[in-house]
Amino acid sequence: MASLLRHQGQPMSEAMAFGLSSALAFAYLPFIRLNGLPLIAYRMPPGTIIRGLDRGLRLGVRFETFRDPDAGMRRLDELLDAGHLVGLQTSIFWLPYIPRDLRFHFNAHNLLVYGREDDEYLVSDPVVEHAVRCARSDMQKARFAKGVFAPKGKLYYTTQPAARADLTALGKTALARTARIMLHTPLPLIGVRGMRWLARGVSRLPTADGGAAARLYAGHIVRMQEEIGTGGAGFRFMYASFLQELAAATGYAALEGLAQRLVAIGDRWQEFAIACARMIKRRDPLDPPALGVRLREIAADEQSFFRDLNHARLAWKS
Amino acid sequence: MRERDVPQEGNATLDGKRKAIYAVGDDGKLRIVPSRGWEVEETVTRQALAELERHAQQARERVAAGHSSPLEYHMYRARMDLALLSQATGLWRWRVRRHFRPAIFARLPRALLQRYADALGMTPEALSKLDPS
Repeated sequence: MASLLRHQGQPMSEAMAFGLSSALAFAYLPFIRLNGLPLIAYRMPPGTIIRGLDRGLRLGVRFETFRDPDAGMRRLDELLDAGHLVGLQTSIFWLPYIPRDLRFHFNAHNLLVYGREDDEYLVSDPVVEHAVRCARSDMQKARFAKGVFAPKGKLYYTTQPAARADLTALGKTALARTARIMLHTPLPLIGVRGMRWLARGVSRLPTADGGAAARLYAGHIVRMQEEIGTGGAGFRFMYASFLQELAAATGYAALEGLAQRLVAIGDRWQEFAIACARMIKRRDPLDPPALGVRLREIAADEQSFFRDLNHARLAWKS
Repeated sequence: MRERDVPQEGNATLDGKRKAIYAVGDDGKLRIVPSRGWEVEETVTRQALAELERHAQQARERVAAGHSSPLEYHMYRARMDLALLSQATGLWRWRVRRHFRPAIFARLPRALLQRYADALGMTPEALSKLDPS
C-alpha cells in the first residue's frame, strides 16, 4: 500500500500508511472458520486500510471485482499497460513463489503488480523480500480462488495524486479512530473486549482428551498472530513505529513515550506466542487457563495503553 | 523487541527467504530488520502442516481399504476441506460427500472430474489415482 502511494509522489513508509489508516485492531470472529478454527485478526481487513488512507489523502482509489476471470485478467492487463500500479487480493495458496510450507488457503493476501512481461507479472509482495515474477495462469487461479473471503478478482488502483498531507490533522483522526475501535466498539468480539472473549474461550479448552484440539487451537492463534503478514506482535511494533514517525514529523513528544509502551506490549504478545509454542512442543505441560490469564493481562495493558493514547490525542494542541 | 533480539533461527518453513520485522535499534528508534525466522513460527506452521498431513494419510488409508474415493485424499492433499472444495467447485456439500463413495466416484462424468481437477490444480487422470506421478 505504501508503494502505491509512493507511486503517486507521496513519500510514505509502510508504518505511516498503517497508522494513518487506523489499521491496528483486534477481532475474534468465531463464526468465520478457517479449516475449522476461528478467525482471529490483529488488524483491520485490507480493504478498510486502503479506504482509510483514501479518505485522508484523497487518492480516488477504485476497487473492481469480476465475475468472469477472463474479464478480470483483461482489465488487469489494461491497467498495467496504462501505467498503473495495481493492488490485488489473492489466495496465497496458488502463488508459486511463496515457500511451499506457507501456502495455505488464505484468501486475504494482498500484493502489488507493477508490470508484465510476456506471460508473467512483475509482483511486489509484502511477504517476500525481493520483487518476484508470477505466471499468468497462477495469478488467475490466485485471484479467483473460492472460499471464505473469496477475492473475486478484486483489484484496486489510484486515480489521482495524493493531496498534501496535514499530518497533525490526519494523525489525530487516525488515533481517535484506533482508540475507538479498540475500546468502544459495541460488540464484545472487537478490540480489547474481543481479547477477553478469546481469553475465555482459551481458558475453557478441553485437556481431558490429551489436549490435541487445544494444542491445535493455541497453535492457530499464534499462526494468525505471527505467520500471516507481519503478524499480531508485528502489527503492534509497526504501529509503534508509526507513533514514533508521527512524533518526529509533528513534534508532539508524548507519542514517543507511548510508542515505547506499545513495543513492550508487542513483546508480551511474543511471550504469549512462545508460551503457546512450548506447550505445543510439550516442553511445558498444556495449561489453557494460564494462556487465558496471559491474554487477559495483555488485554488490560492494551486497554490502559489506548486510553492514554486517546488522552494524549485530546491533549494535543496545535 | 531489540534489534539484536530479532530471531535469526533459520525457520525451515520460510525456505531460505527472509521476513521483515520491526525492532528497536540502539537509538531507541524502530526500524525494519530482516529476520531469518523464529522457532515459534516454525513450530506452529509445522503443527498445522502435520494436522493437514494427518487428515490426508487417514483418507489415504480409507481409499486403500476401499471405503473412500481418491477424491477425498486429493482434497486433503491440496490442503482443503469439504467446505472449501464445495465452494471451489460450486457443488453442494452432500454431492461432494457422495462423490467420496468409490462406486459413485468411478461413474463420474468427465465434466465433473474436470471441475474437481480444476479446483485442485491437477489433471482428471491424476485425480482418479492415489499416486499421481
